[in-house]
Amino acid sequence: MKKRVVITGMGIYSCLGKSLDEVRQSLYDGKSGIVLDPQRKEMGFRSGLTAKVDMPNLKGILSRNQRVYMAEEGAYAYMATADALQQAGLDQDYLNTHEVGILYGNDSSAEAVVKSTDIMREKKDTTLIGSGAIFQSMNSTVTMNLACLFKLKGINLTVSGACASGSHAIGLGSLLIQMGLQDCVVCGGAQEVNPYSVGSFDGISAFSIREDAPAKASRPFDRDRDGLVPGGGAATVIIESYESAVKRGAPILGEILGYGFSSNGDHISVPNVDGPARSLEMALRQAGVGIRDIGYINAHATSTPVGDKNEAKAIAKVFDGYMPEVTSTKSMTGHEMWMAGASEIIYSMLMMKNDFIAPNLNFENPDEDSAKLLIPAKRVDKHFDMFLSNSFGFGGTNSTLIVKNL
Amino acid sequence: MEKQALIEKVNAALAEEFEKEITDITPDANIKETLELDSLSLVDMVALIEAEFGVKIKSQEIGGIKTFAELYDFLEERVK
Repeated sequence: MKKRVVITGMGIYSCLGKSLDEVRQSLYDGKSGIVLDPQRKEMGFRSGLTAKVDMPNLKGILSRNQRVYMAEEGAYAYMATADALQQAGLDQDYLNTHEVGILYGNDSSAEAVVKSTDIMREKKDTTLIGSGAIFQSMNSTVTMNLACLFKLKGINLTVSGACASGSHAIGLGSLLIQMGLQDCVVCGGAQEVNPYSVGSFDGISAFSIREDAPAKASRPFDRDRDGLVPGGGAATVIIESYESAVKRGAPILGEILGYGFSSNGDHISVPNVDGPARSLEMALRQAGVGIRDIGYINAHATSTPVGDKNEAKAIAKVFDGYMPEVTSTKSMTGHEMWMAGASEIIYSMLMMKNDFIAPNLNFENPDEDSAKLLIPAKRVDKHFDMFLSNSFGFGGTNSTLIVKNL
Repeated sequence: MEKQALIEKVNAALAEEFEKEITDITPDANIKETLELDSLSLVDMVALIEAEFGVKIKSQEIGGIKTFAELYDFLEERVK
């Protein structure tokens, strides 16, 4: 029999705040975390828009020899994970004596690659790159660092599924717990914010150029959207078998009921409708719930013209005859990419626990597809007990999670 | 560079990079023990010395530099 999977801890470090309380308040107030970064314009970016995320100062918390192997996103993930472990009541003694795993979404670590390449070109001597770059530059930089820092002894690997990485990490962790292979897994997603990491993305004209009004730039589902705004940070969700959580006396915040996934088998960057729709349907099937059980949909919608259009079509197709509120928190955060699938579980959890749905900022005029959804531009004060969260990525990878309030 | 100035510059750079008190660094102290260097962070010391002095300690030379005094002598010779 499948084991039940519950959420016992959450931690987040994002442009909306550095704690659950700060982030909850930002969501409630509909606060945008988007700014214009002058450095990007100097570097030749088409769009200088980005989420603003402050680098945590880990000096005094971790030693030099612990920090040197951590890339920017690793530092964010450390902060989020320390908070999540604390909320879950998982102290170092427990981690030392149990097989707690880590599955984290991450799909790039650009800055160390660029900087070490600069040294190779200039100095013609690889020793001068120093010791940190190899560990900072691998996609698995977050899991390799956190597993060592927190002495984790269970599964230890990174999930790279483009902008669905964080969601897949939680979904795959849930399957391991359902099957009884792990009792507790640290899941999440991290996203670097440095300009090097998104220069090539900017180069394909994917970003909004509404630079005169940064807070207006990310406008998922709005008729006049013109591209996404890159964001980042890290989000950690501690998932655990129900039995383990009860045995430990841990706070039980919610239950992961369903994980759906699919691949479009289509274009590398242009999403379709069928793939996402199949992901939603699979999640509902796995959860054993109907569309009327879903009280809120946290959409993937990134504010790109075709992505939002096709997601709206997929949601309308699956939610035929019943439509709960649909919003994209990316209207506040920008697109947190590898982190988004995990952070949006936390954003949705904070809303579900506090009886509100954050506004879909900048939704001023629908297009013909978003008009078929129920998209509130203002905050809705409402109690709901189940949400569905979508995450889609390049290459046509799709992930959908359904979480129930407990 | 005068040797005393060189010593002060080396000590300041090493103390800052490896987060040690400058008073921990004495001529006869063992470098690896004092700075808590392992095989990885030893690479960082080589990179730091190159960045500060333009002098690369080759892998066959590093074994002969155990104390800070030996490092100062090595650098005095190379910086000239």
